[in-house]
Amino acid sequence: MMELDAVIAANRFGLGARPGELALIAANPRGWLLNQVGNTAACQITADGLMSGTQAFEALQAYLQARNAQQRGGDAVRFQADERGRLANLVGQTIGRDIEARIQHAITTPASFGERWVQFWSNHFTVAARSAQTTPFPGTFEREAIRPHVWGRFETLLIAAETHVGMLIYLDQAQSIGPNSQAAQSGAGQRRRAGLNENLAREILELHTLGVNGGYQQADVTEFARALTGWTIAGPRVRRLAGNAQIGEVVFVPALHEPGPRRIMGRSFAASGKNQALDILRFLAGQPVVARQIATKLARHFVADDPPQSLIARLETNFLATQGDLSALAKTLIKSPEAWMPEAGKFKTPNDFLISTMRAGGVASTSTQALRGTFEQLGQAPWRAPSPKGWPDVATEWAAPDAILKRIDWSNLAADALGESTHPVRFAEEALGPALRDTTRTAISRAQTARQGLVLALMSPEFQRR
Amino acid sequence: MTNRRTFLTAGLSGLTLAMAGARASFAQAPANSGKFVFIILRGAMDGLAAVAPYADPDYRALRGNLALAEPGSPDGCLPLTAGFGLHPNLQTLHGLWQERRMSFVHAAASPYRERSHFDAQDMLEAGTAQVTSGSTGWLNRALALLPASPDAEGVAIGRTIPLVLRGTGKATSWAPPLAPESDMDTLMRLGDLYAGDPMLATALAMAIETNQIADGAEAGMSGRNRVGAYASLASAAARILSAPGGPAAAVLSFEGWDTHANQGATRGQLATRLEALDQAVAALRTGLGPLWSQTTVVIATEFGRTVRVNGTGGTDHGTGGAAFLLGGAVQGGYMMGDWPGLNRLHEDRDLIPANDVRTVFAAGLAHAWRLDQAVVMAEVFNA
Repeated sequence: MMELDAVIAANRFGLGARPGELALIAANPRGWLLNQVGNTAACQITADGLMSGTQAFEALQAYLQARNAQQRGGDAVRFQADERGRLANLVGQTIGRDIEARIQHAITTPASFGERWVQFWSNHFTVAARSAQTTPFPGTFEREAIRPHVWGRFETLLIAAETHVGMLIYLDQAQSIGPNSQAAQSGAGQRRRAGLNENLAREILELHTLGVNGGYQQADVTEFARALTGWTIAGPRVRRLAGNAQIGEVVFVPALHEPGPRRIMGRSFAASGKNQALDILRFLAGQPVVARQIATKLARHFVADDPPQSLIARLETNFLATQGDLSALAKTLIKSPEAWMPEAGKFKTPNDFLISTMRAGGVASTSTQALRGTFEQLGQAPWRAPSPKGWPDVATEWAAPDAILKRIDWSNLAADALGESTHPVRFAEEALGPALRDTTRTAISRAQTARQGLVLALMSPEFQRR
Repeated sequence: MTNRRTFLTAGLSGLTLAMAGARASFAQAPANSGKFVFIILRGAMDGLAAVAPYADPDYRALRGNLALAEPGSPDGCLPLTAGFGLHPNLQTLHGLWQERRMSFVHAAASPYRERSHFDAQDMLEAGTAQVTSGSTGWLNRALALLPASPDAEGVAIGRTIPLVLRGTGKATSWAPPLAPESDMDTLMRLGDLYAGDPMLATALAMAIETNQIADGAEAGMSGRNRVGAYASLASAAARILSAPGGPAAAVLSFEGWDTHANQGATRGQLATRLEALDQAVAALRTGLGPLWSQTTVVIATEFGRTVRVNGTGGTDHGTGGAAFLLGGAVQGGYMMGDWPGLNRLHEDRDLIPANDVRTVFAAGLAHAWRLDQAVVMAEVFNA
């Protein structure tokens, strides 16, 4: 009989088994996971028409220019109608394509632990589409700043994330200007009503590194924000200050940078221009409290809402010992006995429920047009996290009564699509292997219709949990 | 493998597309052949409740509280052939019987002899002795017997095409553009599955309660009660069939017949469903108007239920069951097949499957499309 470990590898660590995949994993569940660690190529998404960050910025500029030009014209009704079309076009060519490619990758990849790992980090460094300005960037951010670095060092990932065009726009860094910078002192800076914006500095400290109780003060936030000034994007005006850089390129503009040394958490950082903020990021990445933060978050994501202290401690120790080697961290997680307890401690997010359903159904390709609405109705539209904190990671946030009912109703629809070629009991066996309880198997086999049987399989505790 | 198109309709907004497609494909050619409607009662309707063998000497002892009174007594069944009576809620069907537009068969079954609902439904719909992944449906195969014309087509009322209509022949589907809600029965079954999972159990119980309040205490989860939808689905089928160039065949699926507990006799959950079925037949007749005279309807279920009442006032999965052949095109008013009696039971629990339900399908197709029943048996059912 197949070991439970194969199911744990596929469901708890991965995005669920595709038909036949459990048998493959069963030969060596830990080996199957370890093989994915460090495989950066398997975590990349390439598809036609996906934009770089620079291209996405250009698309945003084109949209803004067209909008502003028409706004000056003054026909309000006509403007509303055209604006809808413009916005749809912007969404379609940027985040729309990325959503499609990401779902496609998630439902077909044989390296589904790698994809979970990517999505964990993508959520840790949330860049969400919350406005026209931010909409073009989450996909390109994940492809350019997250995916290439998830198996490297935390510090490298941190710097890649904080200096990407998507993050600089999402957390308002692009318009932050040192109050005593050259530009602010000149007339140009004053015309732009420019000043310091602390948003990125605060979220780096609070969410990306030290944590809210990580020992920093408001003064540290302000100091860090000053150090970050100058890091911006080459827009139509700024590019002239940055040696005529290409539109959309991330640049450091000395003229916008707050001059002088900075002092953060008792440590001094010399005035080194571009490097000052990078030095601070490296300093933060090495703080012991970061190891604790990341260890806790990872254990909560993969193992339990209230994870065992022994697991957190082991991950923390490893992070410290390897200076944040993320491959070593993943291997430590895989080798931890706490991660292989038979009891399924985690409740799937809507995203993982939908993806694992399609994987279990052997869906090879799908139009995400209709599916996108489903993600939204189940409460987790791709890259639309409500705040920089990202999506919540505990069951109480996802298992509200109405949310459960919506999952059941969607399962009812999905069962129709899956049911034409799927026997409900076999479906459950392929997806859950030995994790399928006898009571569930019996309930499925006694269902009144194949559709009802599939709904019971999809909504069973063992499919909903991992 | 699920393809791109079916998953598209599974998105919560794909339904209107399916509707537009169904309308467009009926655009031409006059209807000159008869109409055939197949109603599948999914979940296993209790044949002994629908058609009571009230004069069988073992009937009352075996059926206990579920037994119906004789015709003429209060709440009595409606008289058919001597010794058999319809459930009192099947008024429309009884009217058709009196007009000699309805016949019935008892103790009927497909070749399936086990007790899984969906395997049995597959067998019922394939119409063959075996079901494989490549199986097609008997109604689809029957379409090939019609002269080639645009209306040699079948429509399924529902979000997908069920097996009975799948195959090389032209088939489409139409679903009402409503939010597809899971029914109360499914929610109850999930409630059982969540017995060991307090988080899911509590969430589900609260959701059901909230829904009941939102729907009003009287109606109680009316949106999740499939019974109310039977007649409106039948009206939709009638509209599609009677459109110019409308399809020659339609399939309706009515779910929720799995009455393991508190089945009830003249009142209760099964009586409610039978009444809804009766209203659906009435809606079909009204909706088809003059076309009713050219229409043949077959009503069948995947298997019957146990003869004895179980410990929770219900019946469990059985074998022999009842089926109906009715419609304006039917010369009826008689009982088809044999009655095996209740003195001996299949595996000491079920009504003996004395009749092959496929014979009723063949008879229905022959009525509807003026075909030779023996030819239909051979070509469609390989029997």
